[in-house]
Amino acid sequence: MRRITLRIGELLAVLLVVSFGVFAMVTLMPGDPAVAILGEGHPKHEYAELRDQMGLNDPLLTRYWDWLSGAVRGDLGTSLVPPQGDVTERILGALPVSVELAVLGLLIALVLAIPLALWSAAHAGGTIDRMISATMFATLSIPSFLAGLLLIMIFANGLGWFPRAQWVRLSESIPGNVHHALLPAIVIAMMELALFTRILRNDLIVTLSEDYILAARAKGMPPWRIMIGDALRPSSFSLVTLMGISLGRLIGSTVIVEYLFALPGMGSMIVTSANQGDFPLVQGAVLVIALVYVVVNAGIDLSYGYLDPRTRRVHA
Amino acid sequence: MPSDKFRADKTKRTRTLVLGGAMLVVGLALMVFGWSTPTLVLAAKAVLVLGGVALVFQGISRLVVAIRGKRIDLLFTLAMIWLVGLCIVALLAPLLPLGEHNDVAKTLLEPTNMSPKLLTDHPLGTNNQGLDMLSRSIHGARTSLMISLLAVSIGTVVGGSIGVIAGYFRKGTDSVIGIFTNAVLAVPPLILLIALSTFLDPSLRNMAFALSLLTIPSMVRLARANTIAFAQREFVMAARLMGANRFRVMARELVPNVILPVFSMAVVMISALIVAEASLSFLGLGIQQPDPTWGNMVAEGEGGAMEDYPHIVLVPGAFLFLTVFAFNLLGEKAQQRWDTRSAKL
Repeated sequence: MRRITLRIGELLAVLLVVSFGVFAMVTLMPGDPAVAILGEGHPKHEYAELRDQMGLNDPLLTRYWDWLSGAVRGDLGTSLVPPQGDVTERILGALPVSVELAVLGLLIALVLAIPLALWSAAHAGGTIDRMISATMFATLSIPSFLAGLLLIMIFANGLGWFPRAQWVRLSESIPGNVHHALLPAIVIAMMELALFTRILRNDLIVTLSEDYILAARAKGMPPWRIMIGDALRPSSFSLVTLMGISLGRLIGSTVIVEYLFALPGMGSMIVTSANQGDFPLVQGAVLVIALVYVVVNAGIDLSYGYLDPRTRRVHA
Repeated sequence: MPSDKFRADKTKRTRTLVLGGAMLVVGLALMVFGWSTPTLVLAAKAVLVLGGVALVFQGISRLVVAIRGKRIDLLFTLAMIWLVGLCIVALLAPLLPLGEHNDVAKTLLEPTNMSPKLLTDHPLGTNNQGLDMLSRSIHGARTSLMISLLAVSIGTVVGGSIGVIAGYFRKGTDSVIGIFTNAVLAVPPLILLIALSTFLDPSLRNMAFALSLLTIPSMVRLARANTIAFAQREFVMAARLMGANRFRVMARELVPNVILPVFSMAVVMISALIVAEASLSFLGLGIQQPDPTWGNMVAEGEGGAMEDYPHIVLVPGAFLFLTVFAFNLLGEKAQQRWDTRSAKL
């Protein structure tokens, strides 16, 4: 229990530093946000009024406090660029799209990685294992924007199997939604698939050399039962760790894929608003993404004790 | 008997030699045929060229086995040749007789969107403004390599020193450094870069600075963990008992030991940084046109151009892939050699 409290304290400290960093971005921006809103050649009194209204004349810490207390209550301010809207509302509209893409990508990667890794580990050193390993290593070297463009070139433009630059919400039509989300999710899944397969294969090979596997073999259990029943679970811890680490990359590739397919998620929102200098939106989006990222990682961290009883004592 | 074995060995060697040579020739023929036959569909071309490449690869490795009598890691050798070649060409880019890479005014008379044709003025074709793709790719390599190497050097030096300090002093220093590194790690890398791009000009120096910020936290963690492990060893104790002060212990005893895993991590990071730079430029937040980088060159293919002229995407894409692949191989080797602990993960 004490460990959890400590962890949460640390988490809050980290989030505080992140939020200050995110907030301080504005003061580092070139130019004056008030000028950015009014445009050049604005009347003087309007300018002063707006600065006052935006609180730009207050000291930095006061402004930070105002922003943070607003953020905690769920008010992240208003966007500067049309369609000007409530930042919180726009983030809430975009978040489900990104989460769906990321989760779908992760699922595809896992569903393909586990059988591939099982097969590879069971036939380690064979031709097919070597081919799988080489393909995975090569896949790791394809940046997701490149993979995305190539897949679009082949499957969306060439063969016309998938639509592009359209989105159907999950609530409107489930098959339509999957049809639109599948190709982007495959792009997201590629890199993760390569990593997961590599890690799981290596761990499985280590596990397979343990004595209890030999015992199970000697008893005459069928190989597939040994692989799935005995070897898979103890080999999956690095995979869980890796999923925590790769979450950052997963978010990164989701951003790129959304931009590439012009999907209405957090990624395309953050890229467009960064291009337009719409800082309240960028701030809000970065804060929300960091929050999700930190909380999920902390959850994974705490889940080790649950998954592997051996780690409980070490940390105490 | 031994002469028999020798003879068997020799016939085997000759057979490998002949087979390897045949594979090489057939592979090359397939590649050339696939590349130069205009009537084929793109997919068939790709299959032929890839099959040819695989055959050539197998052929060369057989030839090497037959001639030198032992195997070499051909893939690694080729990757290193590519990297060294790319570095040299990138370094000498302004001196080489290349086409125009960024001045549109000089290419008014050049053909636009020309497909790659070897043995012409534009072996890799031109883009929609008549700029030479080969020249742009090489200048892109220059930018990309410069930014990534600069960033990784800054990250290694700064992150490594902070990590050693945190690991040696522990206590309060360690906690404060820990919170800051965790705060940087709490923002996903690409998001951090996008956020930084809202207030930094996308110049070469700023890009290197922004990317180095990504490498610092992992470097701090790695250097810290290694320092903690080494600080308990006898030689550190001996140095302290002999009266070395804290900075001498850190500089003379700890840093030489910590530097190897940190260095291998740096090699691993280069490829990630190249990808990050390319991604940012692809999103339009990195180096701006008309200055070429692989990322913004790939982006030129968006919005219709790549359907008609796939080489706009494929040429910079191939450069990017080969370079990242070569750095990944190098990183893998470096980790196996110098950092056995994390290589196992």
